Amino acid sequence: MADYKWPEAGKRTLIGKRVARTDGPDKVSGRAKYTYDLNRPGMLYGKIVRSPHAHAKVVSVDLTAAQAMPGVKAALVVQQPGTEVQWAWSEVAAVAAVDEGTAEDAARAVKVVYEVLPHVVNDYDVKAVGENAKPMAEQVTGEPDKAFAEAEVVSEGEYGCVVMTHCCLETHGAISEWEDDNKKLLVHISTQAVSGIAGQMAEPLGIPAGDIRVKQDHIGGGFGSKFGPDKQGIISAQLSKLAGGKPVKIMLERDADQATAGMRPSIYGKVKIGAKKDGTITAWQSETWGTGGIGGGGRPPLPYVLEVPHRRSLHTPISNNIGPARAWRAPNHPQAAVITYGAFEDLAATLNRDPYDLLMQNIAMTGVRSNFYKEELEIAAKLIDWKKNWHPRGDKAAGPVKRGLGLSIHTWGGRGHNSAGDITMQPDGSVELKMGTQDLGVGTRTALAIVIADTLGLPLEAINVKIGDNQYPPSGGSGGSTTIGGISSAAFRGSLDLLDQLYAKVAPSLGVEPTALEAVGGRVQVKGDPSKGLSWKEAAGKLGGLPITVRGSNPGPGELINSGVGGVQMADVSVDTETGRVRVNKLVAVQDCGLIVNLKLTESQVLGSLIMGVSYALYEEQVVDPTSGRMLNPNMEFYKLAGIGDIGELVVHMMTGPEHDSRGVIGIGEPPVVSPGAVLSNAVANAIGVRVPHIPLSPRRVLGALEGRQS
Amino acid sequence: MHDDDPDAKEREEGVSRRTFLKASGIPLAAAPVLGAKMVRAAEADVAVYGPGKAKFTLTVNGQARAVEVEPRVTLLDALRQDLDITGAKRVCDRGTCGACTMLVDGKPVYACSMLAIDAQGRKITTVESLAGTTLHPLQQAFVEKDGLQCGFCTPGFVMACKAFLDKNPKPTRADVEKGLGGNLCRCGTYAGIREAVVAAGQGGARG
Repeated sequence: MADYKWPEAGKRTLIGKRVARTDGPDKVSGRAKYTYDLNRPGMLYGKIVRSPHAHAKVVSVDLTAAQAMPGVKAALVVQQPGTEVQWAWSEVAAVAAVDEGTAEDAARAVKVVYEVLPHVVNDYDVKAVGENAKPMAEQVTGEPDKAFAEAEVVSEGEYGCVVMTHCCLETHGAISEWEDDNKKLLVHISTQAVSGIAGQMAEPLGIPAGDIRVKQDHIGGGFGSKFGPDKQGIISAQLSKLAGGKPVKIMLERDADQATAGMRPSIYGKVKIGAKKDGTITAWQSETWGTGGIGGGGRPPLPYVLEVPHRRSLHTPISNNIGPARAWRAPNHPQAAVITYGAFEDLAATLNRDPYDLLMQNIAMTGVRSNFYKEELEIAAKLIDWKKNWHPRGDKAAGPVKRGLGLSIHTWGGRGHNSAGDITMQPDGSVELKMGTQDLGVGTRTALAIVIADTLGLPLEAINVKIGDNQYPPSGGSGGSTTIGGISSAAFRGSLDLLDQLYAKVAPSLGVEPTALEAVGGRVQVKGDPSKGLSWKEAAGKLGGLPITVRGSNPGPGELINSGVGGVQMADVSVDTETGRVRVNKLVAVQDCGLIVNLKLTESQVLGSLIMGVSYALYEEQVVDPTSGRMLNPNMEFYKLAGIGDIGELVVHMMTGPEHDSRGVIGIGEPPVVSPGAVLSNAVANAIGVRVPHIPLSPRRVLGALEGRQS
Repeated sequence: MHDDDPDAKEREEGVSRRTFLKASGIPLAAAPVLGAKMVRAAEADVAVYGPGKAKFTLTVNGQARAVEVEPRVTLLDALRQDLDITGAKRVCDRGTCGACTMLVDGKPVYACSMLAIDAQGRKITTVESLAGTTLHPLQQAFVEKDGLQCGFCTPGFVMACKAFLDKNPKPTRADVEKGLGGNLCRCGTYAGIREAVVAAGQGGARG
């Protein structure tokens, strides 16, 4: 049996190197096809009639005028009369027509009568929302009251993050078509969970999951918001059935996507933090609240990473009538980092200490990975020249533009999910993998090719990676940084098992035991005697004319993956105190994630996280009108994303070496996106001398904080 | 609100995109206009389309392509839905994000904000035309510098960068940051794009 152990650095040809993404040429040339790009034969366009009200009872829905329009092929009621919608842009009815314009006209011709009900969209004023705020049980460790009574220094403050949206560039949507006399369904869908969609569509459509084929070649962003078929996925299938099985495409309009299909909960908090005069942190107390829409939203892990010995946390979710929350990269962690490291930085200022020194002094509180954090802090400090550039709170330099530094740390699990893939070697030597996973743009295809090619001793181009089809062996959804561990370990085990079978076929012709063989440099040869061997193609000739297929799975034998990473970030900003504008000068990320499969694309993930972090820390904010209950910026001109000129200098340092390799593969999608809000908030406080309590650090909030106003 | 009034949504939003495009006076092509009625208005010959579909020709990547779409259909949708040229993406659908960028007579335009009928007689160049048997040097730079992740903004970015390099053959990073603010990315690939454009400039990217 194979030894299921990752090769050491010196023996790797591709794993851990910088490898360009294999689907890059398709994407830069416009050849890559996304769900939004597909024009299926005879395809109809579906449009959804949406509630203009945040909370209302549907009294009646009249489809007759829409159905009578030329070109309209199907119409249905989604929200039955007598039922309630709980947020604006809720789905009420739907139509399908021969072209998009006709479908839009038909949707406008649907007559809906509503009984408008009172709504709540407030997510900040706990008292004002009454019964919509339901406190969760308080969490207590140690003796916080005693610890605060004994604390020599106590710092108090307010911190928080507003609601933001996922804003995937490819909106959510699907194309459904019935085959085989309405018995089987083919769904092309923009999803983070190719293998998981059929199981979610089976019940609402009343057919076995096994009769639902799900496909996706490329996806234009998900970030946690694309795990289900959503209503539009189900509706597209229902409309298709009504239209005799013709493909029905529904891609959400930008406004519906922004208002309903991706939202990160707000979390605000009042924090009290206690310490000794020497800087030893002793006590923590936080009262937090926020909304995740009608479901209320989750509890932030507080205090974050720092295991303060005596602590109490209370959280009060607010249920309200905005679009429902979805998982957004590292759910609750970015908010927890803003709250914890904001409070920590304010404590440092109260103690008149450099937060870098204060964190180092309390580093044992970071727990089992404190050695990593210490090393990462040291590296980050060098990269941003912390000791030279940091100054006590409030830049004393002349002029309106103030400069400051900030830091934060973070963690995440990232253990690989369940995953299976079939690797087939043909008698001509070609190698193919089929796995029901998806590539969100993180380089999943590339990682699979790297692992298999490296293990089989072949060049990258020799591996044909096929993903994005639920007829392939199942692989978990891409969320929670679980993909790389799941897919790489499954592919590695499968590759080793394939070699076992190949060696058994080849060994007799070389007159050695199978265990004496190795596959390197495109050859199968005797270990230590490269002259005794066969080319890969010659070895394939020993298969006896039949392919071999091996299933590689995770979990499986060997310690190939792990859970738990650290990570440190630091920011250098300039703030114009006259305009309130924050400019990023430099961001530094030092990140560990165990054994790295592809260094180039891992660095890209961290760079991308910093950029997305600048975007949510400085610009992104869902604005909801309290009177109408509607989102006022469900678009991309008033829902602001960072642009290419907003990001400053970015430095990424990945932790590598035997100490990290030996941990196995760990996911990277979430951890680096946790800290940017905290580091930018802290850098701004260091620059201007006062805390801007909430992110995004928009000019309004910065100027408000400077003027002593609550934001 | 507009529970029973199909036109209320447009009134409520003030000027709809369609109305805006109708009124924005994007000059009509001088080339012979097909599928339109010519009427005399304000002392000029004006082409009037609709209300049904209009038949006309678009010149896309050097090829004459017949289309038959309603006058309200954008250049982007005509290409994506009727000609199956899907490199340019529909993202914000209102002239903000640049994902639909293509060249019209050599200049970058947001194809979501131009009507197909107004693109008659113009030279339309999409991302599909850049690569021959090998990638264009700019595309190669995008791959090497990893100026992409999910790739949905990439075709628009590539075309915006192409037009930018045509005007600024050897840009600095600061030039790139100033000149490419009209395209948005969500995955966070600007660092790679910045490097790719500077590198392509140094390598003399032409096309």
